[in-house]
Parts: sequence; C-alpha cells; structure tokens
Amino acid sequence: MADYKGVLVCGEAIEGKLAGITAEMLGGGRKLADKLGEGLAVVLLGSGVKALAQEAIAFGADKVYVVDDPVLKDYQTDAYIMAMENVVNQVAPRVLLLGQTSMGRDLAPRFAFRLKTAVSMDCTELDIDPQSKLLIQTRPVYGGNARAVFTTESLPQMATIRAKAMSPLQRDDSRKGDIVDVPSGVDASKIKAKFVQKVKEEVAGVKLEEAPAVVSGGRGMGGPDGFKQLEALARSLKGAVGATRPAIDNGWVPSSVQVGLTGKIVAPEVYIAIALSGSSQHMAGCSGSKTIIAINKDPEANIFREARFGIVADWKQALPAFTQKVQELLK
Amino acid sequence: MELIVCVKQVPDPEAPPASFKVDTATNKVVPPPGVPPVISTFDETAVEAALRMKDAKGGKITVISLGNNLVRDVVKKPLAMGADQLILLEDPVYENSDSWSTAYALSMAIKKIGNFDIIFCGRQAADWDAGQVGLGIAEFLGIPSVTLAKKVESIDGKVRVERVVPDGFEVIESPTPCLITVTNELGEPRYAPLKGIMKAAKIQPIIWKPQDIGVDPSQIGASGRRTKLVKLFQPVKEGKCEIIEGENAADAAVKLAVRLREAKVL
Repeated sequence: MADYKGVLVCGEAIEGKLAGITAEMLGGGRKLADKLGEGLAVVLLGSGVKALAQEAIAFGADKVYVVDDPVLKDYQTDAYIMAMENVVNQVAPRVLLLGQTSMGRDLAPRFAFRLKTAVSMDCTELDIDPQSKLLIQTRPVYGGNARAVFTTESLPQMATIRAKAMSPLQRDDSRKGDIVDVPSGVDASKIKAKFVQKVKEEVAGVKLEEAPAVVSGGRGMGGPDGFKQLEALARSLKGAVGATRPAIDNGWVPSSVQVGLTGKIVAPEVYIAIALSGSSQHMAGCSGSKTIIAINKDPEANIFREARFGIVADWKQALPAFTQKVQELLK
Repeated sequence: MELIVCVKQVPDPEAPPASFKVDTATNKVVPPPGVPPVISTFDETAVEAALRMKDAKGGKITVISLGNNLVRDVVKKPLAMGADQLILLEDPVYENSDSWSTAYALSMAIKKIGNFDIIFCGRQAADWDAGQVGLGIAEFLGIPSVTLAKKVESIDGKVRVERVVPDGFEVIESPTPCLITVTNELGEPRYAPLKGIMKAAKIQPIIWKPQDIGVDPSQIGASGRRTKLVKLFQPVKEGKCEIIEGENAADAAVKLAVRLREAKVL
C-alpha cells in the first residue's frame, strides 16, 4: 500500500486538442498533489496523442505517460481497460482521476471493479484529509437534492470529475516535465465489444457547452414550435438553445441539447430558463451558470429559488416582447 | 432470446424537492410520507429495451431486483409491462449496500440463472446516480458491456448498439452474452395495460435469499462496501430571486430586459 504515490489524471483529447475537462482535472489534481507533497502525472491514451504531452505539462503535469497506439484511436472499453491496467500497474498512483465524460462514465466503474477498488462518480469537490491522507470525495446524489461525501481505503482511490467543477491553471509553456512512452499492451483479440462507427448529429450555431448564453425551454413550452422562438433569442445573445429532459423525451428537440444530470453540463454567463420548473436533475446541468434568469407562470416553481432575476408570466406572452427589447438594447 | 433486466426500487424522484429530507444523524434519506417508491426511471427504460428486443426476436424476460422492503406493486410493474418472471433478492442484509456489494450479489444471482443473451440495466439509479452496478455485473461475469444505449438490435447473432455521445452517437457491436446500460434517449417506456396488470397480479415473484445464490457474506450489503459514506447533507440554497413586476406579461418582460442591462447581465 505504501508504494502507491501521487495523483494520476486520465487525459482525453478532443479533435486533436487537450480536452477542457483534462485541463480542469490537472488544475484540481495539482492542488491534491501539492497537499500530499507528491507528483501529478497524466496519461494520454489514443492515436497521435503524443503531440499533446507538452500542453499537459503547461497545464500543471509533472509527468506525462503517453500510450500512443492505433488500436486506441476510438474509445473501446476492453482496449482502454487493458491499456489503463498496464499504466496503473506501472505508475501505482494513490489517486486516479477521470472525467465524467462518455469515456469516463464507461471506463471508470468497470476499471475500478477490475482493480478491486472503488470509484466515486461525478464528483464536484475533492480534498485530501490532512491526517489520514485519504481522498475526500464529494458528489451530488438524489438528482442533485443532496451531497454525499465518501472515502475509500482501497487503492488507487478513484473519482470521476464533473465538467466545470474545477478550474484549470493558467497555461504556462515554460513549465518543465517528463514525457514517458508506455506500450499499450492491448491484445486486440480480447476486444469483444467493437467500435463500428460514429454518427455526428450536428447542431447548427454555437456549441452549447461553449456558449456565453444559454436559453433553455422545458415541458411548459408545449411543443417544438416554441423552441424556434428560443432560437431567435439565443441568436441575439450569440448563445445556444438548451432543453430539459421532458422536452427531449417528448421529441421536441434533439437529445444533443439536453442540459442536466443526464445531459450536458453548462456554465454560461447567462442562463435563461423558460417554462421549466427547475428540477434538481436539470439544475445539476446549469447551476454553475453566472446568472440564472427565469420566466415561468408558476410563482412556486423551484426555478425561482435558483434564479437571480425572474418574471412570473406565461412565456407565450412574455417572450416576444423580451426578445425584441433585448435585441434593441444590444444594438 | 433469454433477456435479463435489473431494476431498483427508489424514492420517487418526481416528489416535490421541498419534501426531500436527510436525517444527518444516520446519513439516510427520509422517505417523503405518502409518496410511494418507484422503479428507477432508467431501469424502466431498460425494461422497455428488453421488451422491444422480445417483440423483435421473441424470448423470455427475467427481471431481478435487489433490496429490502420491496413493495410488490412497485417491483411488479415490469411484469405488468410484459416481462415474464420476477426474481427478488430481498433481505435486510442488503441495506446499505454500495455499487460493489450490489453488483456482486446481482452477478451471483445471474450466475444461478445461468443461460442468458443480454442483461439490460438503467444507465444510473435515481437515488445515488452512480451508474456503476451494470458495469460491475459485467466485470464480475467477465462479459462485454456497452453503456448509454439509445437503440439495441440483434443482427446476425450480434448485438448492435447506438451509444449516445455528446455530439451524436457511436455504433458498437458486441457478441452475446453481454450487458447493456440504457439511457432515456431510447424513448418512453410503454404503459402497463390493464391486461398486463391483471397478469402480473397472478405471478408470484421468486425469492432468493443470500444463501440461495451462494454469496460470500463478507461481500454483500454493508460488509461488502468498498466506499465509506462519511456524510450526507442537503446543500443550502440562497434563494434571492428579484422578481420583476409589470402591468402585464409583455410589460414585465420589457422591464426584465432593461433591468438585466442595468445589472450588466446583458
């Protein structure tokens, strides 16, 4: 047990760049490593990922393990578990962090079971207990209604991290670190569930996670037509349209715009919540927004407990006037 | 096809947020009075996925649920929707299980069932939102897993899954037997027809006690936990919304826009 040391971040690349969540985990991981007085390493798995090693160092890593292998080009559970097992056996980290991403959600639990340890999923806060040196893992549970704090005795202590929960360090290209190549050790014959292809569902306009303003509609929109009006408002704010799960489940908008615990996590400057009640599961995806604004006809709706500004009104009467005034003010 | 679905009974997540209470002395959620528990939403979607597979290929659906004080009308819902058989792993020892001890006990029950093609689970349960048990079962059984499925088909003896990712979906193919976790994008679970409810009322659930499935007592319930719950609490909400009034909805909307500009929000 004493041999396990340091913090290891499982990095991800998106379209040839270091993913935002990876930089965030390096920021959060740096603090944990400093509290432990141990090192911060990152592992980059994929095909052609070596080029990102320097960037990971600039964001805080002391050491970068690069597992560059064509077999890791697309994420496949069995292949990534084999490669990660290889890395973790070599590195023996005290703490292992993964992103709460489509990869992390799939990889972390199965890998934790493989290692006979435990993982806390979707953590929003991590700390080190000064006495025991244990990782203190805080995560929202019960659809965001409660927070739970966990510790684990088995090693490595694993957690996945929610997007936007941690802040990246300022990029510093003068930082120095080591880059170590690690063979993937993947036996391709053991890959059972195979990646066949990816189908992109393009959403026109600004990307939801990057938009400075998000205009979201809920069950109260009543159908797909209302969302066209939300688009007009979003365009005026150079923002994007989001939606709650009921709006998705009713088929009014594609699932790619779902904001919430089971959809996307956004943290824009302005979040305008229209005809949505503000369920915990939805708020889990937008509570990091700087200013939340609510338009809802029910004064008792939970969204008014979350919002900074609001009006109690039927969106059908309020929205056209609101959009027009916003456009006028922003001219 | 032999299909298995794992479902969990949880406090109703649609209960009003104000009724949600935590007993901080015991670190437990106090069930809201008068609100019956439900089958976790994604697990109902997993039942729907299994029913669609049975509609297409025929076969039998066995539902398994683990817990204590399982309400019969609640856990029988998958039967009313069209599943064939219900196995309950019901025992006080399962109180305070975590993902590890739950997945272990379920995998032992599935080993006892023996023959199956696909296990369906929800992507995560509405109480602890962890999303681990399905993958844990697959790891204990040593079978391939695919998560976040919005479509599951059986083609030429293989299972073809559309897996939801942020900008679209991936197509994954797996041999059987395999485990699939299902997400809400699969679509609404079907209603239980009256005929189904009547049929379900007549089906007696099969009850397997821990000794029936050969579990190691040190690995189940609280003793099998790999995580320690240090604290459970409700976050404090500030709740200081400035409500903008107006003569009518349109007027309030205009005043809201002006106020936002003033406050430099826009």
